[in-house]
Amino acid sequence: MIFKDLRTAVRSNIREYGMYIALVVIMGIFTITTGGVFISSRNIANLLNQTGYIAVLAIGMTLVIVIRHIDLSVGFLSGFLGAIAAIAMTAWGFPAWAAILAALAMGTLAGLLTGFLVANVGIPAFVASLAGWLIYRGALLLVTLKTGTIIIPSKFFNAIGNGYLPDIFPVDSTFLPDLHKLTLLIGILAIILFNFQSLRDRKNRQTYGFEVPHSDMFVMKLVFISIVLGLITWVIAGYNGMSWTLAIVLVVVMVYHFVTTKTVLGRHIYAVGGNPEAAELSGVSVKKITLIVFGSMGLMCGLSGILFASRLQSATTTAGTLFELDAIAAAYIGGVSAAGGVGKVTGSLIGAIVYMSLTSGMNLMGTDISLQYIIRGAVLVAAVVFDVTTRRAKS
Amino acid sequence: MSTPILEMKNITKTFPGVRALSDVSFRVTPGAIHCLVGENGAGKSTLMKVLSGVYPYGDYTGDILLRSAPQKFRGIADSERAGIGIIYQELALVPDMTVFDNIMLGHEIKNGLTVDLNETIKKATEMLKKVRLDLNPSTKVKDLGVGKQQLVEIAKALSRDVSILILDEPTAALNEDDCDNLLDILRALKRDGVTCIMISHKLKEVIRIADTVTVLRDGQTVCTLDAASGEVSEGVLIKHMVGREIDDVYPKREKKISDEVVLDVKDWTVFSHGLGRTVLKDVNFHVRRGEIVGFAGLMGSGRTELARSVFGNPDGYRIAGEVAVEGVPKRFSEPRAAIDSGVAYVTEDRKKNGLILIQDVKQNVTLANLRSLASRGVVDANGETKVAEDYRAALAIKTPSIGQTVVNLSGGNQQKVSVAKWLFVKPKVLILDEPTRGIDVGAKYEIYTLMNRLVDEGMSIVMISSELPEILGMSDRIYTVSSGRITGELAIKDATQEKIMQLATS
Ligand SMILES: Nc1ncnc2c1ncn2[C@@H]1O[C@H](COP(=O)(O)OP(=O)(O)OP(=O)(O)O)[C@@H](O)[C@H]1O
Ligand SMILES: [Mg+2]
Repeated sequence: MIFKDLRTAVRSNIREYGMYIALVVIMGIFTITTGGVFISSRNIANLLNQTGYIAVLAIGMTLVIVIRHIDLSVGFLSGFLGAIAAIAMTAWGFPAWAAILAALAMGTLAGLLTGFLVANVGIPAFVASLAGWLIYRGALLLVTLKTGTIIIPSKFFNAIGNGYLPDIFPVDSTFLPDLHKLTLLIGILAIILFNFQSLRDRKNRQTYGFEVPHSDMFVMKLVFISIVLGLITWVIAGYNGMSWTLAIVLVVVMVYHFVTTKTVLGRHIYAVGGNPEAAELSGVSVKKITLIVFGSMGLMCGLSGILFASRLQSATTTAGTLFELDAIAAAYIGGVSAAGGVGKVTGSLIGAIVYMSLTSGMNLMGTDISLQYIIRGAVLVAAVVFDVTTRRAKS
Repeated sequence: MSTPILEMKNITKTFPGVRALSDVSFRVTPGAIHCLVGENGAGKSTLMKVLSGVYPYGDYTGDILLRSAPQKFRGIADSERAGIGIIYQELALVPDMTVFDNIMLGHEIKNGLTVDLNETIKKATEMLKKVRLDLNPSTKVKDLGVGKQQLVEIAKALSRDVSILILDEPTAALNEDDCDNLLDILRALKRDGVTCIMISHKLKEVIRIADTVTVLRDGQTVCTLDAASGEVSEGVLIKHMVGREIDDVYPKREKKISDEVVLDVKDWTVFSHGLGRTVLKDVNFHVRRGEIVGFAGLMGSGRTELARSVFGNPDGYRIAGEVAVEGVPKRFSEPRAAIDSGVAYVTEDRKKNGLILIQDVKQNVTLANLRSLASRGVVDANGETKVAEDYRAALAIKTPSIGQTVVNLSGGNQQKVSVAKWLFVKPKVLILDEPTRGIDVGAKYEIYTLMNRLVDEGMSIVMISSELPEILGMSDRIYTVSSGRITGELAIKDATQEKIMQLATS
């Protein structure tokens, strides 16, 4: 009985779980081929830190693709904004926090500008953002022309891409000596919160008299997800604990997930993606939604630029090169549909992790770079083929 | 009965959560016009999709025999080769391509590597002649009215040398003249030996044209009736379709029309940049509280443009004139503004701009008024489910659950979803553009009853319709529209079909 329920549940949600399965398979393969190095806490910590600046772009890009547009300018915009932050700190004497705010604000403005061209002037997003690609690339070269690479001196700023959350207990305490206690605590809280929330939702639905999944199924799902969360926490706590980058990415994902799934704004975004004309006639302002989505994309460019500059502790003349394609690839691997109206930010996060796992794993194995590109391309195609076929099977 | 040209035996087809067809048998005599009727969601379209290979062999159980030979279609290409042509409920033409390109699409006549333009145009012209369409084959499809587009579809099917032609609600979007024309063409095809299977909700035309009628209900064959035996009448068909008798198609209502004018439109002139001409000129009309006002006119007379220009003008027309809601002058810059002032508009084309097909019933029902379900921007998911369940029950929307994706609903049930969406806005004035297009008699009755209830509760309704009986049956007052002008205003007691037609064509 349970088993049958489980099978139908898996089958009807294969599209959603597919990504997670793919991630587990890829991680499993690399763990074997690298003799366990891949799954070590240290490597995973590194992997997640590298994923950060692509992941935030992929999250912003998800919404752009959902409303049937594209933004090619994000790579160089993020590079340019990273350079602006560096210059603000080194040349203009901004404190780190002000430089960060400046980069985020400028990013949002740049995004709104693209959005304005697309929504109000009616220029195809591909063209508008291609122009942005050229302009921001030029702008990045321009501002780094005299100095070349700008070294960032701020410790606070550089910690964003390299540092870890401080521990609540002294490092040399005898209680769980090799683990990062704050990370464990966060993990445990997350598990408790998740279970609590799921239970409350279920209760709520029951009081309304709505259908809920079978209780055995429900408990099994909770136990399974709790175990997975626990394992992840364990691995991350095994090195330096949770990095600032990871913390930031998680907060961004949670905010975007909340907005897209629970709010009116989120629903309007998906409505515009699903059928812009019907959405407009239903009182949703397509222009406004387009502006908001591109604005959010710009904000994410600012964040990505900061994460990347901070990670390198410097701003370089080539920062952001090809980030846009990595972000688009991550979003597609994560199940976004080019036809519009379909795609989740959590999917794109997983997509970004899958994509960066490939790079990281193959680097560890010493795979030649030429082959790496080919394999990444193949995985992208496979992911989209899977997506398209499962969707067809469902309808 | 002679040996059937087509026989479908014990066809069963299920979708997740729905048994669309169970054990349906269906036989068609050669050269007959065979009509298929039934309520929305009865399985008519599904049965025809099984026949034409849209659902390939193995996706259903049962047998298809063509001239007694069993068939296993793996796709539309197979059924086409066997001489079956299908015209879907939704038109499937490429609007930006020419008529001849559309007719020959997928069957291009080649001259070596390139398309032989002369041959193509010659063949297309021949086909157009068969459907008595006198137009330049190089016209773009988007420049044709729906009636002509429908005929182009038929020409396209005929170019494939079909012996069985399936038409899924071909007249749903047509006005009376175009309908008559289409029926004539079917008769001509019959003389040429083509067998036609036609699905329709317009029972009058079914009675006029059918040699045989098969009624489906809940995925099962109820009966097959022979026109020659004289047993086919509207009452009989309705009874078989819905399982009970409906004596009065237009339910009675006690009129409670107040003097208060709820919507007042004055000197309304609309210029379309896209078309480069004035689409409406000096239009004046008003709607009182509790009143149903019908707008009659031919396809393309400007009724939809009128509704859309009043409803926040999403098409960006240049407008001169005034609107007032409950006496207060308004300027609607976008649909949202109109909605917020209590005006709602149910579009005529539910697929194109009425519904978000990839989303579920629930999301579609609540879309236009999501804010009322939200506090601080966060949607109350349970409240939303409740609203959707309420409307599903109130309008008897046939769906396995409110979580069903709308694209999977039958045409009529999609229409109910789009009506539900606008009822949830709780408007003062509800503009319905062809509200019963593609809806079965039972559901029509439900929608009419609902309209009566709404005006009884103080709502006002503007109903645009190309079906004169419906205009006459439901309206309290009628405006006729012709070439962008209001050509007449009739109180219901003075209105007759002839008068309306005369005004609408003047
Ligand atoms: N792809 C699908 N997935 C799930 N259910 C479907 C799908 N297509 C049709 N159905 C269901 O099958 C049933 C029959 O649908 P069908 O479209 O054949 O009805 P119909 O008789 O043509 O109705 P209408 O007059 O409204 O067009 C309906 O309940 C519908 O919801
Ligand atoms: Mg149908």
